[in-house]
Amino acid sequence: MSPSNTPMDNGNDAAVETVTLTIDGDEVTVPKGTTVLKAAESVGTEVPHYCFHEGLSSPAMCRLCLVEIEGAPKLQPSCVTQAQDGQVVRTQGDEALRQRRGVLEFYLVNHPLDCPICDQSGECMLQDYVHDEGRGHGRSREPKRVFGRDDFGGDVLFYGDRCVMCTRCVRFMNEVEQDPRLTVVERGNRSVIDTFFEEGLDGTKWSGNIVDICPVGALVSKDFLYKQRAWDLDHTPSVCPSCSQGCNISLHTRDNLVQRLKPRKNLDVNGHWMCDHGRERYEFLNRPDRVTAPLFGRGHARTAMGWREALTGLVERARATGDAAVKAVVSPGASNEDMGALRALVDALGGGDIVYRMERAEDEVVLKGYPTLARRRDLAPNGRGAEIMGATLVGDDDGTGGLEDLADHEGVLIVLGDELDDQSEDFGRAASTFIYLGAHPSEAATHADAVLPVTTFAEQEGTFTNLNGRVQRYRQGLQAPGAARPAWLILEALAADLAGRETAPTTAEEAFAVLSSRVEAFAGLTYEAIGDRGAVVNETVQLAGD
Amino acid sequence: MAYPYTSDHEVRVLSEHFGDPSARTLEGARKNGRYESLKKAFEMGPDAVIDTVKDSGLRGRGGAGFPTGVKWSFMPKDDGKPHYLLCNADESEPGTFKDRELMRWDPHQLIEGCLIGAYAIRAQHVYIYCRGEFFEASAILGRAVEEAYEAGLIGKDIMGSGVDIDVTVHIGAGAYICGEETGLMNSLEGRRGQPRVKPPFPAAVGAFGQPTTINNVETLSAVPHIVQNGGEWYRQWGTEKSPGTKMFCVSGHVNRPGNYELPLGFPLQKLIDEVCGGIRDGHELKAVIPGGSSVPIMNAEEVARCDLDYEGVVACGSMLGCASVIVMDETTDIVKQVRRMAYFYAHESCGQCTPCREGTSWVTKILQRIEDGRGTEDDLDTLVEVTDQMTGTTICVLSDSVAAPVQSSIMKFRDEYLALIRRGERVGAA
Repeated sequence: MSPSNTPMDNGNDAAVETVTLTIDGDEVTVPKGTTVLKAAESVGTEVPHYCFHEGLSSPAMCRLCLVEIEGAPKLQPSCVTQAQDGQVVRTQGDEALRQRRGVLEFYLVNHPLDCPICDQSGECMLQDYVHDEGRGHGRSREPKRVFGRDDFGGDVLFYGDRCVMCTRCVRFMNEVEQDPRLTVVERGNRSVIDTFFEEGLDGTKWSGNIVDICPVGALVSKDFLYKQRAWDLDHTPSVCPSCSQGCNISLHTRDNLVQRLKPRKNLDVNGHWMCDHGRERYEFLNRPDRVTAPLFGRGHARTAMGWREALTGLVERARATGDAAVKAVVSPGASNEDMGALRALVDALGGGDIVYRMERAEDEVVLKGYPTLARRRDLAPNGRGAEIMGATLVGDDDGTGGLEDLADHEGVLIVLGDELDDQSEDFGRAASTFIYLGAHPSEAATHADAVLPVTTFAEQEGTFTNLNGRVQRYRQGLQAPGAARPAWLILEALAADLAGRETAPTTAEEAFAVLSSRVEAFAGLTYEAIGDRGAVVNETVQLAGD
Repeated sequence: MAYPYTSDHEVRVLSEHFGDPSARTLEGARKNGRYESLKKAFEMGPDAVIDTVKDSGLRGRGGAGFPTGVKWSFMPKDDGKPHYLLCNADESEPGTFKDRELMRWDPHQLIEGCLIGAYAIRAQHVYIYCRGEFFEASAILGRAVEEAYEAGLIGKDIMGSGVDIDVTVHIGAGAYICGEETGLMNSLEGRRGQPRVKPPFPAAVGAFGQPTTINNVETLSAVPHIVQNGGEWYRQWGTEKSPGTKMFCVSGHVNRPGNYELPLGFPLQKLIDEVCGGIRDGHELKAVIPGGSSVPIMNAEEVARCDLDYEGVVACGSMLGCASVIVMDETTDIVKQVRRMAYFYAHESCGQCTPCREGTSWVTKILQRIEDGRGTEDDLDTLVEVTDQMTGTTICVLSDSVAAPVQSSIMKFRDEYLALIRRGERVGAA
């Protein structure tokens, strides 16, 4: 792993020089170089702003974050004014409030006020600020300037009339993606964001982020257009399942479906951003073809049964198998907990090999302005976890092949999460016991003695280990259908039964605790320690290079 | 010599050779003593040049009136970085036409001033940023620069002094905002012509990210004379705080509009009546904009008691700006004039800052509606409040520039607005 990717702990450097200032009467101490806006934020005061964004340069042009600073001849933009010792700042003074009300009124002079049909409604910074601090009625009686709608290409649609001209989108493309496809054309009141050429944003890899950072409804996602109202969505902290970077995301869900994915800030992993590849890939979480009950019996005529019955039957069958060699396949999209439980079960059955297959892209797609972030070659979230758990990578870069030994294996065969798309119906025909744990039915599991319904990652809580060995938690955003259960719950119960233990983990946190007691790399880690930012596995564990 | 009009009141230091085409050539310029001051400056050394300019009290002629010598002294010394001197020749303020004439008639005076200024601030390169529409002036200036290069007055080892200074004439693309100093820098660098947030100030981070000083054409044109004759000599004209001579660009309803070089502190009424031959026949003075379109309008009473120096004009409710005196008689429709000025600023706003981008066009629309006879009395309050929201809240002062004529005209010519609003009566609508 590249040293530059090692997350830095920047929270406890005692040598940091600080300054102390007063903000709205409260004394605040912040590191030297902090802006007044961030200093105010650190004590819970949000100074309204549009053009300022933490991940971009600060042009100080929206003029909304102006605050009163004693001794300054006029209001100062808090986004670029550095906090100084002894500074007295008023974010809520009469003059600051009057100015903000004025600027907000200016924003509405040409704004169409089409909130009822605007996708941003409910998560719009213009709506929020005007409701908080704006005038009840705008005074403009003049005809409004009209730009209309423009398809920018990619997933991005532009509604020029809603634009507040903060230029965050232009700066993102220039500074972060470093593929300058957007610009401001014309000047003054005729200024409008536009693309240079016909292709617009087509072919860009990160442009979905401009929809996120647009503070208003000027840039909206075509995929999400008119799909849901923002206030109807539940947000669940999660980790992107589409590559080994492990971008922190939110699942936005409604009607037990994932409606969209949004990046979640984590400066150690993905900053404020996520790639379009990851953003687009959520429909697999909404697949309707599910296994909803434990199914027993080989072939197509299977019997559904309850979990207790299913587990008891499986334990008896496994005991009857005796010392048959065990082989297992795990999906690199399974959680650490799932993989750990699989390892526990394999060991309880006398030990055996676990393999995994990985779909790999030809190249990384690096975000130039944030080079520790890339859409990685490994297109699954937990290859590193599989490696730590002692699983072996097999097969080709398209995620197929490599299962020749398993297809004809005569002992116990366990498949977790891998849908075996490339395998024939004969897979596992020779196995003495073939257990298939999956969320979706698989043709190649025709000979499975048991098909056990498991939850998708969106339906369970768990952890992934990203390519840098950072263990990150994701939470449950959807309800599992029917009798589907997390794989770790099923596997740990089976392992406990086989080993004659009375208890097995019943929560993901317990499953992780068991894992950390068994696997050196996770020793000492707990869900609490992992928290929202993740934690890196023990440094003593040597991870293979890329 | 009858360069369009002249007056006995004039003190022609900078404009001495206006109207004489031979002064444009290097040969003619040298006969007029050009480049003698440069030689003297090299003998004095850069710090003594700065001190002399400080002593003279010369103030920036671009409009802000900041002391030039003090500005030069802000430049870092021995920092090992390239320094730049920018000459602001993007003269775009409505009513102003002095820099154009200084470049047309005496380009070597400006070039010499640029070289002295560059030497004083230890700059190796001067960019003269010339307004895009100044076709003739930029051609003359360009020729003069070529001649000076050929004569070894610009370039390497100027006049054997060991000093290297290059001069580049850069032609703008015709945007008012590129006359704002940091907008000019962005434009020069090939970026959008948008003013920059200060700090950092140009003396620390200016053109191409390096320490930079920017001076107006008229300011730099005055420098050779000051270096040649000393600071005290320059102070024989003007007032204690506003010493020296100043170009006044008079336009509008006077008999003899034009450029006049007068000592600062000259009475405005006298400028109109004696220098410019008075208001055109049969008419009377109504209003004057004394410093270019972005300063408050003065009424006749204020004009009568106004002395034209930086402090004197402020005392009469306006600003000297770049001394572009626009004279209006009683036939002038103030509402229409103000609307036209607001339209100019709406058109020229760069669009960065919200109050300016939205405010300038909103104000223009309201004024247009009033002018069209569809105004209400409330509109006047709205105009005052909206322009108030546009004052002191933006990166540069373009926004404030709209507020000045709008607010001052509503304050001083409210009756005219009301007559239009209430009875549809327009001035000069015949």
